[in-house]
Amino acid sequence: MNLRAKESMPVLQRDHALHLLREMLRIRRFEEKSAELYAAAKIRGFLHLYIGEEAVAVGVMQALEPRDAVVATYREHGHALVRGVSAASVMAEMCGKVEGCCRGRGGSMHIFDAATRFYGGNAIVGGGLPLAVGLALADKMMRRKQVTACFFGEGAVAEGEFHESMNLAALWGLPVVFCCENNLYAMGTALERSESETDLCLKAASFEVPSWPVDGMDILAVEEAARRAVTAVRSGGGPYFLEFRTYRFRAHSMFDPELYRTKQEVEEWKKRDPIPNFSVLLKEQGLLKEEDLDLIEAEVGAEIHEAVQFAEAGNWEPVEDLTRFVYSEQGRP
Amino acid sequence: MAKLTMVEAINLALKQEMERDPSVVVLGEDVGKNGGVFRVTQGLYEQFGDARVADTPLSESAIVGVAIGMAVYGLRPVAEIQFEGFIYAAMEQLISHASRIRTRSRGRYYCPLVLRMPYGGGIRAPEHHSESNEALLVHTPGLKVVAPSTPYEAKGLLVSAIRDPDPVIFMEPKRVYRAIKEEVPEEEYSIPLGQSRIVTEGRDVTVISWGAMLQATLKAAALMGERGIRSEVIDLRSLSPLDDETIIESVKKTRRAVIVHEAPRTCGLGAELVARINEKALLYLEAPVERVTGFDTVMPLPKLEQHYLPNAERVVEAMDRVLNF
Repeated sequence: MNLRAKESMPVLQRDHALHLLREMLRIRRFEEKSAELYAAAKIRGFLHLYIGEEAVAVGVMQALEPRDAVVATYREHGHALVRGVSAASVMAEMCGKVEGCCRGRGGSMHIFDAATRFYGGNAIVGGGLPLAVGLALADKMMRRKQVTACFFGEGAVAEGEFHESMNLAALWGLPVVFCCENNLYAMGTALERSESETDLCLKAASFEVPSWPVDGMDILAVEEAARRAVTAVRSGGGPYFLEFRTYRFRAHSMFDPELYRTKQEVEEWKKRDPIPNFSVLLKEQGLLKEEDLDLIEAEVGAEIHEAVQFAEAGNWEPVEDLTRFVYSEQGRP
Repeated sequence: MAKLTMVEAINLALKQEMERDPSVVVLGEDVGKNGGVFRVTQGLYEQFGDARVADTPLSESAIVGVAIGMAVYGLRPVAEIQFEGFIYAAMEQLISHASRIRTRSRGRYYCPLVLRMPYGGGIRAPEHHSESNEALLVHTPGLKVVAPSTPYEAKGLLVSAIRDPDPVIFMEPKRVYRAIKEEVPEEEYSIPLGQSRIVTEGRDVTVISWGAMLQATLKAAALMGERGIRSEVIDLRSLSPLDDETIIESVKKTRRAVIVHEAPRTCGLGAELVARINEKALLYLEAPVERVTGFDTVMPLPKLEQHYLPNAERVVEAMDRVLNF
């Protein structure tokens, strides 16, 4: 199903289009593999899959520069991968190996990476929002033209920190792009069962923050909205709120009986799967041939295979490190 | 040398650190235009402007969370929580994030923020304005907790706290804010974190306290001194990390110890000190360690406050018990 009328299609550069497709596939295949490894007890802790929502992270990241910052949620493997944290580093992290980006301590939910300015990974719903506002305040105080992209689910709007953070960012005109990934369910509770006002853009607008709803299943719509928002924010216009309407195809975590939604509903949303839909569109425009897709799949498969091998060959944290990094060592950072 | 109150000493430390280091910024409720509810930040807004002194809404969670964001990205925020009892709204940011960013990222990120807050009773204020909640913070790995007892101490310790690479909770005993004045150098000096201070040397009994309780403790020691008892009074200063060495060496010498704090008794910091003394100096003890503490209830207003807070008489009684065991 193609959601866009043909005449509204932007002119696509082939390289960029294939890049978008590849990035979405990297997340999809990485997470499918992660689910396998979780079932095999090689990944421990929890595992929250982003499958179905890939267009959001991929589209938003296109608008960011290396100097910008990213704050994400516990469903952040995809964000980390697309931001440039290597698949090997993320996989090793999830497997608890010291070769991981947080030496195996962060795990699936707490991916941090200083080189790409990736500030987590956060197991607390809404917990990253004040942090993002702080990063942006630091940028403003130090007169840096940088942007912080802050991802959170629609469940976070029920937290007080959402309101405190939106207010501060708007009040002080801070460079934050608030990226709300509205997948309709806060774990198992539907939006209309948890919010008196379900129009999230209206909530954001009440803080005088420009707000746009975006089809989160359409990679091109996501990228376009993100570029517009990042440009406005970088030019000093204060924060921006984007509501990405999306859907997760898998359970909330690996322990979710999914009593809150019907199989039929899931199947309906799968018809809007951003990956096959985008592939079809590219084929229609003559930008993608079947052999291109095969090649991308093969390259992505090889990358993930290497990541898994790297993770499996990695080392466990030595017991001597148990209480390290609680405080600075020798009083130095 | 000028004689300053603790409020003035802290104000001077903030001003000088902000002059020294442009990355030091101040934020909190009414800290700017209004100079802080206790006037601790008076004059900073006028001197440094709103780019470095930010009045925030009543959003404690965001105050701490925003300070975390600034701290992990190159600034040295000094946030104020207006009263210690308002920190509960920010505990999520403090415990779940500030204290854990270093260990969660295995040292890739760290969080050099200072959270200043007045704490403790003795000013006839209701519960959330009179509490001593240090044990909640000391129990949290990754936080450092400091409680100065005098103006001189406050200036030197705050300078160290601002320069420290870890999150430091700076607990200011509000009862001492204007109660005593002492000579505080204008010149720069710092007092290292993690070290307790022996205030008076003695060989008969060790008495450990911090913050506002040091005054009651010193008064008790003076009363005992009239009876020929030489007390070794320790100002704990650094509540986390604890300075085991100073405490244990003192107890090994005096063989008797009393701990004085105003927080509720159960699981108060005194319990941890007793445990450490037992672990490291049990066979030196001539008597069980005594605790003089607040009670396991909410800080009472206003009639029973003086009963709730340890005073010199209660400390003397406890010292008598360990001396006559």
